[in-house]
Amino acid sequence: MDVRLTAEQRQLREVAARLADDLGPGSVLDLDDPDRIARLAKAVEATGWRTLRSDGASGVEVALVVEEFGRGLVDVPLLGPVLADELGRHLGQQVPAATVAVGSLARDALGMRRALAVDGDRVLSTETGPRAPGADLTRAHASLTGPAEVLGTITAEVAARWHALALVATSADLVGTARGAHALACDYAKVREQYGRAIGSHQAVAHLLAEGLALIEGSVSVLRHAAWAVDELSPAEAVQAARVAKLYSARAARTVCETAVQVHGGIGNTWECLAHVHLRRALTSTELFPVRLEEIDLGLS
Amino acid sequence: MDFRDSVQEAAFRDRLRGWLAERAGTFPTSGDAYWARQGEWHRALHAAGFFGLSWPRTYGGHELPPVYDVILDEELARAGAPPRPSLGYLVQGLGRHGDEALCRRFLPGMIDGTERWCQGFSEPGAGSDLASLTTKATRDGDGYVVHGHKIWTSYSDVADWCLLLARTDPDVPRHKGISAFIVDMHQPGIEQRPLKMMSGVTKEFGQVLFDGAKVPADQLVGAPGEGWALAMTVVGHEREPATLGFSARYGKLVHQLAERTRESGSSPPPELAWAAVEAEMLRLHVRRRLSEQLDGVSHGPEGSLDKLLMTWAEQAVGHAALAVGGTEDPELLNAYLYSRAQSVMGGTSQIQKNIIASRILGLGA
Repeated sequence: MDVRLTAEQRQLREVAARLADDLGPGSVLDLDDPDRIARLAKAVEATGWRTLRSDGASGVEVALVVEEFGRGLVDVPLLGPVLADELGRHLGQQVPAATVAVGSLARDALGMRRALAVDGDRVLSTETGPRAPGADLTRAHASLTGPAEVLGTITAEVAARWHALALVATSADLVGTARGAHALACDYAKVREQYGRAIGSHQAVAHLLAEGLALIEGSVSVLRHAAWAVDELSPAEAVQAARVAKLYSARAARTVCETAVQVHGGIGNTWECLAHVHLRRALTSTELFPVRLEEIDLGLS
Repeated sequence: MDFRDSVQEAAFRDRLRGWLAERAGTFPTSGDAYWARQGEWHRALHAAGFFGLSWPRTYGGHELPPVYDVILDEELARAGAPPRPSLGYLVQGLGRHGDEALCRRFLPGMIDGTERWCQGFSEPGAGSDLASLTTKATRDGDGYVVHGHKIWTSYSDVADWCLLLARTDPDVPRHKGISAFIVDMHQPGIEQRPLKMMSGVTKEFGQVLFDGAKVPADQLVGAPGEGWALAMTVVGHEREPATLGFSARYGKLVHQLAERTRESGSSPPPELAWAAVEAEMLRLHVRRRLSEQLDGVSHGPEGSLDKLLMTWAEQAVGHAALAVGGTEDPELLNAYLYSRAQSVMGGTSQIQKNIIASRILGLGA
């Protein structure tokens, strides 16, 4: 047993982190900067990370990149295209500029022309329409237009593994956005002063942030295992591992993002503070491929 | 990255499984019955080659990587056997701070279980603020004489030896005036008082009163004034992942609770599903931490994160036990009541959060 990241994986994570730090939004104002978004979109396109899976990347590598993009609130598509690419890989046909659709909406759809969905054993492809409203300020929904085209069929095992990857990717996004929110709150707690001291030096605030870090560390541990399981365990086991990761990281991310709002006080409740951008991203990643507690395997089957 | 056993790990697991299968049900696993036979269990494990796995061979260990302790804990839980006696922190404290003569004299008996040990750190007036301890060791001829009162002393009623912290110099800053000693528990000047815990257990913790107990000078561990450093080594190891071996037991209890709900035909309460998630988180977290130790990362303030996660897991399992058994089932009620101690023992959750905030997050708390 050795669950360390390899040197290559650590390097991949660093490159993804740097891209997110350099070109992701540094403020709420940045979210409306079309030049920045265009530069970011071009940079992400150049990495080839939207086709990580067909380039042979493991679930662990997908999770590392998605996590860093969540941390940096990267506001161009990655998660959706990666999942679409995984379907294309199994069907032996790559659909350019494709993301995923869930329900009646294309997700993570900025600039994406098609959306793929799994329906039983069929993979459907639909053209995307105009942007649709959504709570997430960093990943756009789009409506679906025109008839769904059947791209092909996949086995139940492939569908299960794809579902596991979808849970892992959304969990990774949750861990990332929680880390970003936590860092934001810690930075603020070191500079904001009340009663003549940085608020982070008061136990009431310090303990909230300490709990947040523990929740993040626990999330990383379940995520790492689930990401590994996508390729290394049976489809049923991979889904089970991914459910645990999703439930744990979703609960942790909501708490950590709420803590980030709280630590920022009044400012944390304003539109200008990035804390709610993290919180919104966490809530939408939780709802995308949701898991209920009742789905946890208690070893009775 | 691989979460599976290596070939060697799998072979060890198989051998252990076989040994445990032959002894199924012969040792009690909880309550006073467990504590009463813990020494016997310790010696049986050691004699079969399953104890002291990561410790030096010279002293009766096996020098295996720490992951073997996790395999041991998992298989003990799986077989319904008692947990591994936890004294790794004492081994580390003595091994790191004691000289070779002390290690040769005391570590083999500590590891093979022929000599029982307790840890005399906490006092009625020195809990979280351990450095305020007032037990005194005064130089007297060839040795020291000890006066003071220790509490939360695990297994003090059966201990042959106590690793004791006492103040040797009242005139220096308080962290610098503390020394560590190995005290013979079988002598006049030592009085035992059991503590009855809220779960009804009486054999886990005791109070020890020292009134003129004697310690030879060569049983001073390290230099005079090194007691605080030894204490930090010990509490650091109390929080390290291989010591968090109880994680395997949480998964086992979750499974038993699930069986109970199935037998009664009721649907599992949400507390039980959440406890399953927490127990699995801790299992995987311990694996990740042990792997990081392969890079030489260990015993830092990160142990406080691990301790918090373990506490949350155990208390989630406690709540699940309560949700399934209510107050009607004494064993489940006691599992719940016992879980409340986890956020106090080995450093309270509040102390862990102080450590995380100041030493990892740099919040200046």
